[in-house]
Amino acid sequence: MLSLTNITLTFPDGDSRITAVDDATLEVAGGSVAGLTGPSGSGKSSLLAVASTLVKPDSGTVSIAGVVATGLNQKESAQLRRETIGIIFQQSNLVPSLTAREQLLVMGEMDGKRSRRAARQREADELLDVVGLGSHRDARPAALSGGQRQRVNIARALMGSPSVLIVDEPTSALDRARSEEIIELIVDLTRDRGTATLLVTHDMELMPRFDTTHQMVDGRLSLMPATAAVGAGV
Amino acid sequence: MFLARRDMVFARGRFTLITAVVLLITLLIGLLSGLTGGLAQQNISAIQSLERDRIVLAAETYDESQLTQDQVDAWEDAEAVAAVREIGILRFQIDPADDAAAGSGATDGEADSGSAGLSAAIMGGTEDSPQRDGQVRLSASAAEDLGVTDGDTVTVLGMNLTVNVLDEDRWYAHTPVAYVTGSDWQEMETRLGRDDSVATALAIDLTDSADQAELDELATQTSTTVNGTVDSLMAISSFRSEIGSLLLMVGMLFGISALVVGAFFTVWTMQRTGDVAVLKALGASTRSLLTDALGQSLTVLAIGVGGGILLTTGLGLSIAGVLPFVVSWYTTALPAALLIILGLAGAAFALRSVTKADALTALGSAR
Repeated sequence: MLSLTNITLTFPDGDSRITAVDDATLEVAGGSVAGLTGPSGSGKSSLLAVASTLVKPDSGTVSIAGVVATGLNQKESAQLRRETIGIIFQQSNLVPSLTAREQLLVMGEMDGKRSRRAARQREADELLDVVGLGSHRDARPAALSGGQRQRVNIARALMGSPSVLIVDEPTSALDRARSEEIIELIVDLTRDRGTATLLVTHDMELMPRFDTTHQMVDGRLSLMPATAAVGAGV
Repeated sequence: MFLARRDMVFARGRFTLITAVVLLITLLIGLLSGLTGGLAQQNISAIQSLERDRIVLAAETYDESQLTQDQVDAWEDAEAVAAVREIGILRFQIDPADDAAAGSGATDGEADSGSAGLSAAIMGGTEDSPQRDGQVRLSASAAEDLGVTDGDTVTVLGMNLTVNVLDEDRWYAHTPVAYVTGSDWQEMETRLGRDDSVATALAIDLTDSADQAELDELATQTSTTVNGTVDSLMAISSFRSEIGSLLLMVGMLFGISALVVGAFFTVWTMQRTGDVAVLKALGASTRSLLTDALGQSLTVLAIGVGGGILLTTGLGLSIAGVLPFVVSWYTTALPAALLIILGLAGAAFALRSVTKADALTALGSAR
């Protein structure tokens, strides 16, 4: 489960401070997808940064799979991200020199867990099969399409079976058909693996697919009713 | 080095370029070090071989030094001195006995261009000197240049000397050395009109209780200088004038190499900053990223420096007979170690961007 309680985050702006997130509270249960939308500059990315422990909030509590993340130091936060959080970036952010399979293995290798290498390799191959890239294991990013790169992005985020999935506008660079495929894939994987998924998107047409939908405006988070999620324009 | 190895394979053109630059810099430094060593050996090897506690001179340089009997006696009588060996050095031409009748006409090291003779530094009274008068022990290259071998006769200042060839080369101020007995050397000095000259230098052994202050005072009293064998090398004029310039060049090359390698690694690391930010966002520790990157730098340095030193050694061995060049640990392994250390320092400086890479930049559309 992902739990954000009374999160406030500000950034310096000259002599004053800008409030990026204003007292936001959000809970995402395991096996469910929470959609988050809002205009540009509303604080969505800031909330994602807090939820993924990349930024410490000024106040409030972040709890991930029962672990209070807000009290952790940088090293402990990195370990929590490695073991418990999967991040699907807006751009696929694949390392150019690594094949699709190596993109999934790199974190385990950097972590030095050589003893579980065979198990990780099996898991990587299975995940690539799940996202439909079983035949592209040895392809580098330059040889993959945008949609395929995003699928690798998704598979990488799911390595190690994280409890929480942070998804940052996964379809912004894709056409309609591929966007639908990617969202469907994320939703199916969330249900199958029981992850708590927080997904940011500008695309209102995708909102009905999510279990809950939220809107951020000027740093303030609000829950959108299901009908409002369908009809609202941003 | 999971990421580092794959990065090197993926961008092999870039790494080949960096490695080639490191190799060429190493080759340049290695060749200059070997040449510096060779030139130094051609200045100092004869003095170095004296291997005594102290060298006493009557002037600032060996060439100007002429010790008198009073000066020699004063040092022999000193309590701090256990043993004294009188060393004579003069520079003159040696001729094969066949050319003696033609007359060489050379003075003090100036060779007559028309003869087959050889300008040599003639040293008397050393441990390498022959046991009997009338003999001369020639450096290997001197014998080869003169075209003589064991048992042949050469002439110096009208004195016929029987040749014995040394296994190795000895040099003094870029001049090959010929060893004669102390008394033969004295005879040569007399023939040059320098009757008062007893020795050029004294090679002395000290007693266990010798005090440096006592030695300095005696030097002042006798108008001499006293230094260790190594320090006395600066009294060889040609060595003193050359070594500073050569070492400055080598030092500057080391500095330049550190800057060049550091610049390469800086650019290469900057290109990877985005990837580093992504890996940090995914939970990679800064330590693991630094280890990976430093391992990559070390690989480039090991291949480049190793290849450069191998080339230096091969080239050096092939030219050592033609040019003054030394292939030794201090012209190969030592520069190699220094280059790797300096290269790693340059790489470590460049890797600051790894520690500073902001994982937050991985989020969002701009990268």
